[in-house]
Amino acid sequence: MFGLSMSQKKLLSSKEIHLILHRLACQLIENHENFENTVLVGIQPRGSRLAQRLVKILTEDYKIKSIKHGLLDITFFRDDFRRRTNPLEANTTTIDFIVEEKNVVFIDDVLFSGRSIRAALTAIQSFGRPKAIELLVLIDRRFSRDLPIQPDYLGRQVDVINEETVTVHWKENEGEDAVYITNN
Amino acid sequence: MSQLSVPHLLGIKHLLPSDIDLIFETADHFKEVINRPIKKVPSLRDITIANLFFENSTRTKLSFELAEKRLSADVINFSASQSSVKKGETLIDTANNILSMKVDLIVMRHPNVGACDFLSKHVDAKIVNAGDGTHEHPTQALLDSYSIREKLGEVGGKKIVIVGDILHSRVALSNIYALKLQGAEVKVCGPKTLIPKYIEHLGVSVEPNLRKALEWCDVANMLRVQNERMDINYFPSTREYAQLFGINKELLNSLNKEIVIMHPGPINRGVEITSDVADADQSIILEQVENGVAIRMAVIYLLAQQIKRN
Repeated sequence: MFGLSMSQKKLLSSKEIHLILHRLACQLIENHENFENTVLVGIQPRGSRLAQRLVKILTEDYKIKSIKHGLLDITFFRDDFRRRTNPLEANTTTIDFIVEEKNVVFIDDVLFSGRSIRAALTAIQSFGRPKAIELLVLIDRRFSRDLPIQPDYLGRQVDVINEETVTVHWKENEGEDAVYITNN
Repeated sequence: MSQLSVPHLLGIKHLLPSDIDLIFETADHFKEVINRPIKKVPSLRDITIANLFFENSTRTKLSFELAEKRLSADVINFSASQSSVKKGETLIDTANNILSMKVDLIVMRHPNVGACDFLSKHVDAKIVNAGDGTHEHPTQALLDSYSIREKLGEVGGKKIVIVGDILHSRVALSNIYALKLQGAEVKVCGPKTLIPKYIEHLGVSVEPNLRKALEWCDVANMLRVQNERMDINYFPSTREYAQLFGINKELLNSLNKEIVIMHPGPINRGVEITSDVADADQSIILEQVENGVAIRMAVIYLLAQQIKRN
């Protein structure tokens, strides 16, 4: 399969994603109980959909009321400004609360080099000093980290080579829930 | 479109409508940033910016400096009154001396028309025009349009009248370019002596009567009479000017609709605008100042994005 150009493999199906999201929601409840002092922060752009899904599961299926959640854009905090061929495009940040003394959970779809999370750690400081920060990711690309950053909550760990890309599809955006590995 | 079509911001004349959209979208993000508890982002931490002001300025200089600092750039300031320009140094020499200190971007205000165009052809740095004589003041026009867009939803299709000293105003020229580019209708109003000949060629019409102009428009941009640029008397007296072309509460209340009042500052209270109008709810003068920082952050960020290091 690796010899072919542009081959695609489905890593997770819609059913598997459904199960994983419920497991992650339960793990969050285990550690944060009623979410009184916890805020969920989706990392823009790809983490926002995952964050919204988790909030939906937590409020509808587990009856947890008033979960604070926001979206954080890290564009202006990235370390590759002017080092890329394509210019960076910013997204909106919606954090209408202060994170001072709060437990913050960062939510992103794929953890790769760790640089986005590094940028998010700096960016979140603009909204106060959190008590603690945790990281939740749907996919962890093992062995591809540039920085000492590891997830606290993990959907699925995968071993893929650098030429391969992992893309998460959401029903709301791409028409189905699925995770694909593409060999370029 | 995620990149500007121009290498420098010398004037609105060189921009495309898509450039203005991109600047406004980027400014939206920065406006959110400057309303955070900590108003600073690290994007430009390896960029050095020189502010060269060969002409007096308070608001524009502060606004640029604040925008640069909010982006974490290193900033050096220079005003002509304290410099070697007084000793006879040429503009290129001054700029090149500053550039050998490894400056990436220059923000310049200069009393001569075209000074920024000239500099951009001779030095290796990004240039932002902060006002060149009576020619252009692009960031002011951008923040004016941005403020109209914020207040009225969009600029296209709106009716804007620019009142006052059109002849000496770089704000007027840049505004006319910017508003026309976005599809607005523009009229100018002022004493005949202060309206340039052939201004109709820019696609604007002249309305000599202030009341008629105000009744027509959605937005009135009131300009200051630039006494410092006047070599002769263009109108009999300031009092007469205020009576014919000054806006007061009585005039505003007698209109059959509510219009938006703008002013690029500095205000001569009691001349082009009375205090009660300048401080009224429909005046967005202070919003213009706030938006100025976001717009300048956007312009500098987008230009800095084009700087490549090897």
